[in-house]
Amino acid sequence: MLKEKYQAEIDEILSRYPVKRSALLPLLYLAQREEGYVTEAAMQEIAGILKLTPPQVYETATFYTMLNLKPVGRFHLQVCKSLMCALVGSDTVIGWIGTKLGIKPGETTQDKLFTLSIVECLAACGTGPMMQVNDDYYERLTEEKLDRILADLRQTGTCSLKTGPFMWPEPAAAKSGA
Amino acid sequence: MKTYEPILLKNMIQPGYAGSLPEYERAGGYQALRKVLGKVTPAEVTAVVMKSGLRGRGGAGFPTGVKWGFLPKDYQGPRYLCCNADESEPGTFKDRQLIERDPHQLLEGMLLACYAIGAASSYIYIRGEFVLGAKILEAAIKEARAAGYVGKNILGTGVSIDIWVHRGAGAYICGEETALLESLEGKRGLPRVKPPFPATHGLYNKPTVVNNVETLANLPHIMNRGAEWFASIGSPPKSTGTRVFCVSGHVARPGNYEVPMGITFRELIYEQAGGMRSDKKLKAFIPGGASAPFLTPDHLDVKLDFESVALAGSMLGSGGVTVMEEGTDMVWAALRLMEFFYHESCGKCSPCREGSSWLVQIMRRIVNKRGRMEDLETLTDLCKNIAGRTVCAFGDAEVSPILSTLKHWRHEYVTMIHAAEAANLIRPEPAGAKH
Repeated sequence: MLKEKYQAEIDEILSRYPVKRSALLPLLYLAQREEGYVTEAAMQEIAGILKLTPPQVYETATFYTMLNLKPVGRFHLQVCKSLMCALVGSDTVIGWIGTKLGIKPGETTQDKLFTLSIVECLAACGTGPMMQVNDDYYERLTEEKLDRILADLRQTGTCSLKTGPFMWPEPAAAKSGA
Repeated sequence: MKTYEPILLKNMIQPGYAGSLPEYERAGGYQALRKVLGKVTPAEVTAVVMKSGLRGRGGAGFPTGVKWGFLPKDYQGPRYLCCNADESEPGTFKDRQLIERDPHQLLEGMLLACYAIGAASSYIYIRGEFVLGAKILEAAIKEARAAGYVGKNILGTGVSIDIWVHRGAGAYICGEETALLESLEGKRGLPRVKPPFPATHGLYNKPTVVNNVETLANLPHIMNRGAEWFASIGSPPKSTGTRVFCVSGHVARPGNYEVPMGITFRELIYEQAGGMRSDKKLKAFIPGGASAPFLTPDHLDVKLDFESVALAGSMLGSGGVTVMEEGTDMVWAALRLMEFFYHESCGKCSPCREGSSWLVQIMRRIVNKRGRMEDLETLTDLCKNIAGRTVCAFGDAEVSPILSTLKHWRHEYVTMIHAAEAANLIRPEPAGAKH
C-alpha cells in the first residue's frame, strides 16, 4: 500500500494543490516508481486518497503514454521516430537495437532487462537521433554509442553517456562559433 | 558571420556557468525583482510589458501584456499563473535549455508575471520526459525559497508567491493552454471550448494566465533594461526582441541560436547553423515547428518575424526550424509528421480523431506504392474538412504537412502513384467486392 509507505510524500504532494484531483498525475508517478508500472490496486488506492471513482483514475491514466499499465523491462528504451530524428537516422537506431537485443518494438527481452518502444518527439531534435532510457536522455546516437550504452546498462545499471543539463551547441562551441 | 547580443542565453554561454543561485545573482539576477516588488505597481509592470511589444514564444505569438490585461480587474478570489514548459512541438528544444541551464531566469520571470497579474500561486507544467529539468527546477525553487525570493513576504515587501513544478506524462496536446489546465486538474488533456478564455475561467475556473518558458524568461530583462530597449530589438513594431531558434535536420551545426527577430532564414541556416551538412542543396524547410507548413528554397530570404512568415504562407510558431536536403522524400516526410499527429490527436473532436487516421492510411498507401490518383483529391478534401472544424488549433496543424507538400511537391506524389501503377500493384476490384 502506497499510503503506509509514503504518507509524508503523499501529504506533501496534496499540499501543493487547492483541489485534490490535481494530485492524480503525481500520485500515479509515485505508484509507477514503486512497482515499475501502475497496477490496478494502486489506481484503486489513489481513487480512495483523492475521493475519486476508480474509473476517473483509470480514464486519466490511460490518456498519458508515460504511464505504463503493463510491466516493462528494467530499462525502457524509448527511441524517437518523429521526422526531425528520422532525418538524421532514427530508423537505423531502432534497427540496431532490435538486432542487438533480438526484440521488436513493443517487446521485452526474456531476461526482463530491456523493453524497446518507439515514441514521438521528445524535444531533442537538434541532437538526434536520440532515445530516453527510464529518466535519462541519450543523444547524438551512433552504433558505437549504442553498443556501449547497452553494455553499461547491463553491467552497471547506468551509463555515463547520458546527456544534460542540455545546451547545444555546447558553451565552448557557441563561443568560438560566435 | 554577424554576431548578436544574446539576452536569454547570455549567462549560460559563459564557460562554467551552471545556473545556481549565487551564479545567477552575480550575473545581475533578481535585480529586476528587487526593483519592481513593492516599488512599481502591477498595472505599471503590465504597461511596460505591453509597451515592449513582447509576444508569446510558444507558438501563437499573442501579445503578452494584452493577455495579462484580460484578467478581471475587480475579481477578489485567487488567480493563477501557469508556465507552459510542455515543449512538445516537434522541432523545438529551446525551453529544455532555458530550464536546465538557467532555471532562476525563468523563476524571476514567473515572479514578475505573478506580481503583475496578482497571482499568489503558480505552476510550471513541464513535459513528463524532462525528468532532469523538473529536478533542476525543484532545486532552484528550494534555493530561491531559502533566499527569500519565493514564498511568503518576498524580500520583506509583503508580497507572497509560491511556485510548484507539475510534471505532464507524455501528451503533445497538453501544450495547448486549455488542455494544459485540464491536465493540471488531474484529467485527460482535452482542450476546452473557448470562450470562456483562461483569463476569466482558467485553472479551477479562476482567472489564469498561461505563458511559455521563453516568454517568461524575457521579463527580467525587460524590467531591467526598459520597454524602449526591448522594442528596439528585432523587427519592430510587431516582432520585438530576440528568439531562440531551434535548428534541426540536415545542417552542419544544429542547435539553439538566439538572434533578433527579422533576420532571414538564409542567415539563420547558412551562417548561424553553418549551412548544409554536406554538398547536397537545401530542398525544404519547416519554419516554426511541425504545425507550420513547409517552405522551399524560394523562401530563404523571408524574414524570421511573425508577419513575414505568415505572409509567405506559413508561421513562425514555436521557432523550430527543420532543414531538409536534396534527396529527402517529401511524401515520406509528410507521412512522418502525419503519424505524429495521428498518435497525438486527443480524440475529442471527430474530424481530427477520424480524419488523422484516414490521412495516415492514405499516406501510407501512397508511400508503400499502392496509391491511386484519386487519393490526392481525397487527401485535399479530408484536410479541408478537418482544418477549422475542431475545438483547438490541432486540426489546422495536422493538415499542414500534407497540404504544403502537395502544394510544392505534388509531382513527388504523382511519381509514387505512377510507380505503383507501373508495378501493377493495383489490381481491379474483383466483381461484387464489398467494403
